[in-house]
This record gives sequence, structure tokens and C-alpha cells, in this order.
Amino acid sequence: MSARDEILNRIRAGRAGPKPYPGSGPVPQRGQVGGEERKALFTRMAVQAAATVDRASSRADVPSLVKNYLSQHNLPAEARLAPDPRITELDWASQPLLNTSIGGTDGSHPVSVTGAFAGIAETGTLALTSGASSPTLLNFLPETHIAVVDAKDLTGTYEELWERLKAQYGEVMPRTLNLVTGPSRSGDIEQTILMGAHGPKRLHIILVDEP
Amino acid sequence: MQSTSHLFKDNAARALNDAHLQQALTHVRTKFITKRQDAMDALPEFDALRDAARDLKNHVLSRLDEYLVEFEGNVVKNGGRVHWCATPADARKTILDICRTAGAKTVTKGKTMVGEEIGINDHLAANGIEPIETDLGEYIIQLRNEPPSHIIAPSVHVTRDQVEATFRKIHTDLDPNRNLTEPSSLLHEARVKLRGRFLVADVGITGANFLIANTGSTTIVTNEGNGDLTQTLPRIHIVLAGIEKIVPSLQDAGLLLRVLARSATGQEMSAYTTFSTGPRRPGDVDGPDEFHVVLVDNGRSKLLGTEFEEMLRCIRCGACLNHCPIYHNVGGHAYGWVYAGPIGAITTPALIGIEHASPLPEASSLCGRCEQVCPVRIPIPKMLRHWREEAFERRLHGNRARWALKAWAALATRPALYRLAMRVGVGVLGMLGSRRGRFSSLPLAEAWTRHRDLPAPQGRTFMAMYRGKK
Ligand code: SF4
Repeated sequence: MSARDEILNRIRAGRAGPKPYPGSGPVPQRGQVGGEERKALFTRMAVQAAATVDRASSRADVPSLVKNYLSQHNLPAEARLAPDPRITELDWASQPLLNTSIGGTDGSHPVSVTGAFAGIAETGTLALTSGASSPTLLNFLPETHIAVVDAKDLTGTYEELWERLKAQYGEVMPRTLNLVTGPSRSGDIEQTILMGAHGPKRLHIILVDEP
Repeated sequence: MQSTSHLFKDNAARALNDAHLQQALTHVRTKFITKRQDAMDALPEFDALRDAARDLKNHVLSRLDEYLVEFEGNVVKNGGRVHWCATPADARKTILDICRTAGAKTVTKGKTMVGEEIGINDHLAANGIEPIETDLGEYIIQLRNEPPSHIIAPSVHVTRDQVEATFRKIHTDLDPNRNLTEPSSLLHEARVKLRGRFLVADVGITGANFLIANTGSTTIVTNEGNGDLTQTLPRIHIVLAGIEKIVPSLQDAGLLLRVLARSATGQEMSAYTTFSTGPRRPGDVDGPDEFHVVLVDNGRSKLLGTEFEEMLRCIRCGACLNHCPIYHNVGGHAYGWVYAGPIGAITTPALIGIEHASPLPEASSLCGRCEQVCPVRIPIPKMLRHWREEAFERRLHGNRARWALKAWAALATRPALYRLAMRVGVGVLGMLGSRRGRFSSLPLAEAWTRHRDLPAPQGRTFMAMYRGKK
């Protein structure tokens, strides 16, 4: 008998009669907000998770906000852009002091700028899906990750996120879905939280009001 | 992993006298507890979510076979493979075969408790493949050649000074005069060292917090991002998971995520929650070419339908360890096997046999805090009692303990005899101890009086006073 049958048979012999599906629990009130309140909640929770958040009134402001953020923090004036038209089609030439290139990363890029599939206000979390325009490693290898999320892509709760995923991807999930809440951290040395364990030391989010 | 659970008493005695360990444990006694409380206070629905999490897990266990088969189908549909392994030996062989076929020389690893269960690191190393732990805590203990001492904080027993000493001893290629005083410099050193290893590894092995039946996805939850580098950079991603990790859908994973990080570290969400579905797709810029899920039973299925079934609800958050007065004092290694603390005390006998772990269910005052904080409401104290009964029935205790318990049972089930014995005992002890008011040593009670005094009884028994009142 195969290990598969052996395991399944043991389960069938032991398990109780099927109990009805009980549902997936209450949806926290906190996330059930819209409009400005939703943006404010997203910002508050992201900041609580040690991310920083800038507001842009339109996407056109993104290149200058990126440049300003990097110079304010004394970071290298170069950015690896995700091959996402929402990012690459912006007017990066408006920032002559900022070096940009487009593509995935092998770890040699100190700063990445990516789009986002969604943001979840309930916990200040970004939802990033992998694909040709969104290499996963851009979310992890650079020391600074700048993510651009449109206000229209904010969900209040996780329930809304699952619905949007289904609407966009149907039955087949993207290969990788990253839910990112703040920068990388470790508490493994004396339970003291330190940022930048293996992933980014800084997560900066640009929330765009009108795309 | 070789177990020393049967030696709990000796292990615990050593732990209590270990100054480094006692220093390290102070952080568990305070930080985890206040952070969890803060997270609970910030979410009014928290207790209702725990009820829902318990009910969901019970539902899944009642249809475990169906969900596993559904999961398998969806993994395969998305281009991945599922390997069913009944025993640790099966799982070790399966993983080694995958690594060999790939011609792997190094394997990076995210945190996996099942990996500890099956002893995968030693097996790979014995076969010429180098396993590299990438979670900072796991990396530290791998360098120190120690097992983890906590489910979510594997190096919680190590002090900062010890981490520094270990890094200086192992990282001999670095400047011996470098400054490592700050914890951040230690973190930076590990980051740089491991970054190089990530980039050249052939295979990445991660655990799984959840397996999602209707999408065929696996989920990991980390704070460092090491799991993501482990599973994205190498050519092959192997997911190692216990069969009880399955949930029906994304919504259900969402429910468990709402209680997991809050119970574990007091975060709203851990920094990284990642869902992986199959290997990389055409057009993808990165990601593994192969995706394997190794499903491990190792004694889990035979718990279904027994009084121990409910322990399969565990989502390995570590809250019961963080709130356990015994764990606070002896740390994790005293438990002698992979899982420590209250969940270890009920899981270890189930997975390696009560005959190898009979002292563990005794290592509890049954104070009940573990059950109070468990996000899936596992009745741990009840199960500790079940294991105690089982150990007693199978005569696993010393004769003295057996006779003492038998004598106690004989008294406790005969009220008249019990009252008589109490009256005599209280009277005699009260007389003997009337001068000092306490005993610093007492025959048959040395274990108690060695560390504290026994107060001498004063006056009459409760029953005598009660009857006097009526
Ligand atoms: S038994 Fe409960 S509290 Fe303990 S690790 Fe498992 S889920 Fe967490």
C-alpha cells in the first residue's frame, strides 16, 4: 500500500463524522470603513508596523517623491523599477539626479520601486502578486523598498482582498502572493526588535489619491 | 532528533542552575506577555475569532482526508508535486532524493519544526549536502550545534554575549577586532554572511503555516524575509508540512492569520505572509522551477478519534510557552525534544511515545494559563491529565510514586477514612511544629522541603471547623 493510501485510510478510520463548515469568523469592525477613513486607517496601521507613508495627489508626483525620500534619508540616488507600466511610464527624466533602471534584481540594487496589487487597511498591509511586471525579489533583496499603491486599490478588510484576487485571477492564484506589513525585522537577539534582518530595512509606501 | 524527554528532572535541575539561561529567559517572562495583551486589547473581536478558529479546525479535522486530496489535486494542477510520507524516514528519503536528482550541494532552510521532527539537517549533512539555516535564531543555534528551545524564538535561550562569542568563533574570516557590541552589528554580520549563501543555494526548504485546499497554495509567515529568499532564489522549493496544516480556503487562512501573530508576538500581522502556488509561470522574472510539497504524518493521523485529537488544532504560535510558569523557569531544552512548553508536554508523548516522555505531563502545575491564551482553545491541562493517567496505567512511574498515588486514591475515595487520617495528621503535625510554626525537613516530603519550608498546621481541619459552625 502506498504511503498516501496508508495515511488516508488511517484518517478515515479515526476521524469523526463530518462536522458542518462553521464559516471563517467575524470580520473585524475596524476594517469596515471606506473613503478617507480607509486611507487614514491604512496609513496608521502601516506606520504602526514601522513603514513610512507619503501621500501623492496623482501618480505624476511619484518620481519627485522617490527622489526626495532617498535624499532625505541619505540613500543612494538610484532606483530599480519594476517592469510595471504603472511605474515605468512615469516621467523619471524629470529627476535627472536619480539613476533608474528597469527589471528584476540579483541583489545588487539598493533601492526598488514597485507597484502593488492592493493594500489592506485593517492591518496596514501591502498585497503584492508575482508576474512578468512584478518580480518577487524586488520586494526582498534591496535594502529600501518603495511601493506605490493607488487609493482605489485599498481594501478595508481581508475578505475584500480575497474577493479582488478572485476577480482578477479567477481560480488560479498568482505563483506568489506577498502580504507585507512593515519592513523586515528580527527579535532573535534578546527579543529586541531590529529592522532589516534579511529583507528591506525600510519600507516606504506612496499612497496615490488619483491615478 | 534524539530525545532526552525521559530525563526531564535532570534537565530541569541543570536549567535552573544555568545563569546564562536564567538571564535569557527574563525576556520571555515579560515582553511576549505584554505584547500579546496589547494586541488583544486592540481587537474587540479577538475572543470571538478564537472560537471561530477552534470550530474551523475541528471541521477540518473531521474532513481531513477530503481536504488533503483536494489540496493535492490543486498543487498538481498548478504544476507542483505532492509527496506523502508516513514516517520521518520516508520524509528524509523523499527530500534527499529530490536534492540528489537536482545535484544539490547546499540547501537553504526557512524555519520548519517538522524539519526538526524528522531530523532533516543531520540527514542531509550525512549525505554530503550542506543545510544552511537562514532564520537568524535558527542560524545562531545551528552554529552552536543546539536544537531550538522555542517554537517561534528558537534561540531565546541564548544571551547577546553568547551570540557574539559564537560569531567570533565561527566567522574567523572577519576582522577579530571588529565591534560587535550592538545587537544591530550582530544582525548585520548574519545578514551579510547569509546573503552570500542564499544566492548560491540549489534547493530551498521551508515549512508551512497553512496549506490551502481549494487553491493548492502553501503559506509561510515570517518576520525576517528569510523564508521568501529561501523559496524564491534556488531552482527548487520544497515545502515540508504536517498533514494537519490544511484549511479549506483563503478566507479560512485569513481567520487563522488574525489570531496567529497576535498570539505569538503581539503583532497585528507578521511582516511577511507569503502564499506560494506551484513553480514559476511563463513570463515570471524569478521564482523556482520546481515546487514540491512533502506531507508528513509521523503519528498525527492516529490521534484522530482519540482524546488527543484536539492537539492537532495547534497553529504553533508559542503563546502557551510564553505564559507557562514551568517554561519560564526551565526553558525549552529541558523538555528534551523538538516541542517545548505545554504543547510540547502533550505532543512529545504523542509523537515519540509516552514511554519515552512520561515526565513531561508531570511538568505542570495545571494552572491553566496555556488553555486561557491558546488561540485555538486546546484544552492542554485536560490532555496533560490524560497522559498522566496513561503513564500510570502503563506503570511508567517509579514504585514510590505509584504507591503514593494508590494510597492517596484509597483515602480520597473513602470520606470517613480521609477525615480520620486528616484529623490525626493535622493533630500530630500541629503538635510537632507548634514551636517553630514550620518544618524545614520532613520524612517522605524531602522533595518539597528541600527548597521551601512546610508551614505547620494550626488548629483543626476544615471539615471539623465546618461542622462546628453548623
Ligand atoms: S497549543 Fe495553542 S497556544 Fe500552544 S502553540 Fe499551539 S496554538 Fe499556540
